[in-house]
Amino acid sequence: MGTAPASRDVTSYGMGLAAPLALFFLFFFVAPLVQLFWLSLHNDTAGLHWGLGQYIHFLTDPFSLSVLGSTLLLGAEVTAVCLVLGFPIAWLYQRVGPRLQTIIILIVLLPLLTSVVVRTFAWIVILGRQGIINATLQSLGIIDTPLKLLYTQFGVVIALAQVQMPLMILPLITALGRIDSNLDDASCSLGAGSWRTFFRVVLPLSLPGVIAGCTLTYAAAITAFITQSLVGGGQMLFMPMYLYQQASTLQNWPFASAISIIFLLAVLAVVSVFTTLGRLSRGYGGA
Amino acid sequence: MAEPQGGRSLVVDAVTHRYPSGALAVENINLDIKGGEIIALLGPSGCGKTTLLRIIAGFIAQTQGRIIIGDDIVDTLPPNRRAVGIVFQNYALFPHLSISENVAYGLAARGIDRATRQRESQRLLELVQLPTMAERLPRQLSGGQQQRVALARALAIKPSILLLDEPFAALDKNLRLDMQIEVKRLQRVSGITTLIVTHDQEEALSMADRVAVLSQGKLEQFGTPSDVYDRPQTLFVNTFVGSSNRMPGVVVSADRTAAKIRLDAGAEIIARPATGTLTEGGRVTVCIRPEHLQFVGDETGFAGVVGMSLPLGATVVHEVTTADGSGVKISQARIGETRALESGAAVRLAPLAPSLANAFPATL
Repeated sequence: MGTAPASRDVTSYGMGLAAPLALFFLFFFVAPLVQLFWLSLHNDTAGLHWGLGQYIHFLTDPFSLSVLGSTLLLGAEVTAVCLVLGFPIAWLYQRVGPRLQTIIILIVLLPLLTSVVVRTFAWIVILGRQGIINATLQSLGIIDTPLKLLYTQFGVVIALAQVQMPLMILPLITALGRIDSNLDDASCSLGAGSWRTFFRVVLPLSLPGVIAGCTLTYAAAITAFITQSLVGGGQMLFMPMYLYQQASTLQNWPFASAISIIFLLAVLAVVSVFTTLGRLSRGYGGA
Repeated sequence: MAEPQGGRSLVVDAVTHRYPSGALAVENINLDIKGGEIIALLGPSGCGKTTLLRIIAGFIAQTQGRIIIGDDIVDTLPPNRRAVGIVFQNYALFPHLSISENVAYGLAARGIDRATRQRESQRLLELVQLPTMAERLPRQLSGGQQQRVALARALAIKPSILLLDEPFAALDKNLRLDMQIEVKRLQRVSGITTLIVTHDQEEALSMADRVAVLSQGKLEQFGTPSDVYDRPQTLFVNTFVGSSNRMPGVVVSADRTAAKIRLDAGAEIIARPATGTLTEGGRVTVCIRPEHLQFVGDETGFAGVVGMSLPLGATVVHEVTTADGSGVKISQARIGETRALESGAAVRLAPLAPSLANAFPATL
């Protein structure tokens, strides 16, 4: 713990070093965002009349609201699937030898090493009417007619979960790795079974990782334009595609800007809920 | 689920554990521990003492042998059914639970109601002299306090055996003594059979009723502290417990109780054969503790040259180089004006008594 003057020196030094990045953000992030917001405050596509018309339109339009709702729901579903499937893998990672750890981390990271487009087309091949799953099930005689997997909410959730899985597993591995393995033994020697140990010790102590993982997965899932569009097809509409249609196809830039701002605020709201939970759980953190 | 019972016996019956790699962790360990005893498992790191502790606790399933607590063979019971209390070296308190929740953890696992849990944890916190800390988190406590909480938590389940894994290693010297006294007091009060794993011989000798000395997975000696210190059965025990000068020599004559040995350093001395009768003419290693050597004026004993003298408060240790070039330490009590020895002074040394020199057959 430094003295006050020393820490002030360190801070000013750090600010100077951060300046290039700050400038970069100012020009390429803050400025466009301000422009976006400014654009969204116009009632007509030509941008001549000021007003909150675009926001009123969105918030009173059942279709727009349903797109927003289904996008947020999609994020929640993908996050839940990633958490439920990812936690055991992260848990396993902490309990196997170094060789298996390398294999697990390679498998976990593999989705990040391939292109999003390639991965998404792979899912189309897997989930399609004549795809691997349907072909297998039919040849085994389990189903007669192909299941509709592609272009469904289920298909989108599965494909997104696979793509975003590393974002969940990596923070979980870190959080679980910080837990003293003696705590498991202590809990066990005090008479607790595996489930009690998990719910009373492992899960509470891994909460910071759970929350970090959920935040990342959620934010990535709801903005995943390519996977949503390709696996969801034309029948399912989520915010990124809706936004794209309004901007590129319909050239309605003010409405597209308003969608962006509303989407941004919705995501920020969810993320801030996660961060608040994270701050509350940090009480457990260091020991 | 085990009922409250203090002071059950513990038998380690021919326990052998082999790592998956094939290496032996512990080999044919036999310990017969009476109810209410304090036993120290003493040995250098890597000697298998922690493995043995984890076998008794049930975290490791031994390759061969049995663990018997009271009248029950517990080999098939998982750790959470053995009712063995453990205090870990780093205490392993649950960082997210309050002190009273930590202490009551084992009671909650047993489905005991909240009111009883609270009463019990308060009683135990009073027992370890921390009654006002109930609502704090572990990280708000000092090391010694955390250790007391760890003890209270282990005792809360009324274990039949209490295992302490290097319990005092993380404490500074003054606190360590306080906690050693505290643990001994709690053990007396509860009468619980206690096993302390330690590499600190002073700790083992001062706390335990009996000490089991382990080396490289084997039990070297299991006896009272004075047995282990004064009548070591192996060369390892003699050199590991306390300090000892090792002097090579040849047996001149020997019977069951005494042996005449010609030291390479040049002198014939009488020593105690530690492992039974020695063969005449055989090579031996004689162990003599620094405090069991004396300076002699006449021609008895062996000659040497003083190298360095270290005044260590109550004693003075002199380092002497003998005729065969090996170094020997001799420690003298500091009574009044101890004769100052200059570096390079020629002296003669001899053991205080024949029973204080232990002869072991030399191993190649």
